[in-house]
Amino acid sequence: MKLRKFKAHLAFAVIRASAAIVIGVACLILYHLFINGYKVISWSFVSESPRQGMTAGGIFPAIFGTAYLMVLTLMFALPIGIASAIYFSEYVSAKRSRLAVVMRSATSMLAGVPSIVYGLLGLGLFVLMIGFGFSLLSASLTLSFLTLPVIIAASEEALHSVPLSYREAALALGATKWQMIRHAVLPYAVPGIMTACILALSRAAGETAPILLTGAAYYLPRLPASILDQFMALPFHIFTLSTQSVNPVKTRPIQFGTVLVLILLVLGMNLVAILIRTHYRRKMRT
Amino acid sequence: MIHTLLEKNGALTEKPKENYAPMNEKLKIKISDLSVRFGLTEVLKKVNLGLRENYVTAIMGPSGCGKSTLIRTLNRMNDIIQDCHVDGAVFLDGIDILDTTTDVVELRRRVGMVFQKPNPFPKSIYDNVAFGPKIHGMAKGKDLNQIVERSLRDAALWEEVKDRLKASALSLSGGQQQRLCIARALSVQPEVILLDEPCSALDPAATSKIESLMVALKKNYTVVVVTHNMQQAARVSDFTAFLYLGELIEYGETKQVFNNPSSRLTEDFITGRFG
Repeated sequence: MKLRKFKAHLAFAVIRASAAIVIGVACLILYHLFINGYKVISWSFVSESPRQGMTAGGIFPAIFGTAYLMVLTLMFALPIGIASAIYFSEYVSAKRSRLAVVMRSATSMLAGVPSIVYGLLGLGLFVLMIGFGFSLLSASLTLSFLTLPVIIAASEEALHSVPLSYREAALALGATKWQMIRHAVLPYAVPGIMTACILALSRAAGETAPILLTGAAYYLPRLPASILDQFMALPFHIFTLSTQSVNPVKTRPIQFGTVLVLILLVLGMNLVAILIRTHYRRKMRT
Repeated sequence: MIHTLLEKNGALTEKPKENYAPMNEKLKIKISDLSVRFGLTEVLKKVNLGLRENYVTAIMGPSGCGKSTLIRTLNRMNDIIQDCHVDGAVFLDGIDILDTTTDVVELRRRVGMVFQKPNPFPKSIYDNVAFGPKIHGMAKGKDLNQIVERSLRDAALWEEVKDRLKASALSLSGGQQQRLCIARALSVQPEVILLDEPCSALDPAATSKIESLMVALKKNYTVVVVTHNMQQAARVSDFTAFLYLGELIEYGETKQVFNNPSSRLTEDFITGRFG
């Protein structure tokens, strides 16, 4: 009897400790970044360009570049992602054809491809073969490939979670399959899809390898004028400051500041995703 | 509450059953040798049944006897179920709807359906009713408003919701939601209304409203209601079919089926020995 209780306590202790470790690591990282980085953060830091060989000044071009990149990535990934998710969940999932199985495993395989491979693909395909050059366009297309598997998987799940009763109601009224999807399924999957997209993007915002090979610049004196220009980006800026800079020690506060900005950006996107989800969940209930 | 009291004395509860004189012998739907199986499980076995126009026909039987499957065949809703095989024929106005050339979209407009659990869209009351006419491109603007009002009136819901058409359909009570679903089904001007255990999720007061509504609807529509509740079948229907384990055991005028069943099984079911 005692042993049974002891085992229960032990199990809970292990479970609690595991959770504590995860939370602890997250807090430690945030704390470390904050302590080292908060001093350099100011309005001028986020609104000015780097100066004196990137040992002083701000990081505005990198913030701008990352934001620009994310918008373009979303523009490419969202339509393709939603369309493929609809295809997988509404059109092929009913028929268990071999084609469906092959395509589905191809998508999940995409999720396991290392990001540097996407970078090389982007370099070969968009930069060289198609000839977009080192540019925002090449980089955002590459990143959209990278986010697609996540967006597709999550959108599929969002589509599946729309109750069967909505589909039946629409079909029973004489809706075509497309009308059913368009009016009785998609609207209710949108919050889930949006959440997934933001999370996928926040992941992509921190990617360095793919943009390093497809268009991110070490330093640019001006902002990109078109999508065929090169750009600066936060993760690549951190990489250059810490490894390629004239004086990596002197720029350490700027590095921490940049990392902090990137982390806050990503956390902010996650927060927005959570807010969207809870808002719509509540709305669907009442 | 007041609404409920008012309606108790209103037109709804005036059962048109007695003064519904003209005997219409026309069969709206004729089911012939209908067999349905899901994978290897036979759910319906060679069912033959004629459903008369402008009458309420109840299909009753214990759970799992195939009654839902039967009415879901009448608007081809079983098409969306995998491994569902249908044999035989179902004639709507003399035309076999199981034929591959049937326009299923048009069929479902003509044969409306109300489900077991009220399933309004999480939209406004107005948008729920306007959904059907919109997707069929039937009406816009003022005409659409008229359709919505007429449908809600026909479903005996208009008085309760006319001041809050823009409110979410999910804010209605269960019984109101089910009447909204009936209004939604009526909005596309169907000829047949299928109701799949429409009251099983409702309380007695809401149930009695839906029952009166079903009786009122037969004036303009052919009504088919699935129920496992024999009192309900007795109260609302003119004809009753009794299904057991996928076979049609008995079919006839409700009065006769209940007072003088020809089959022992029917008698046992009606007297509550099983089911």
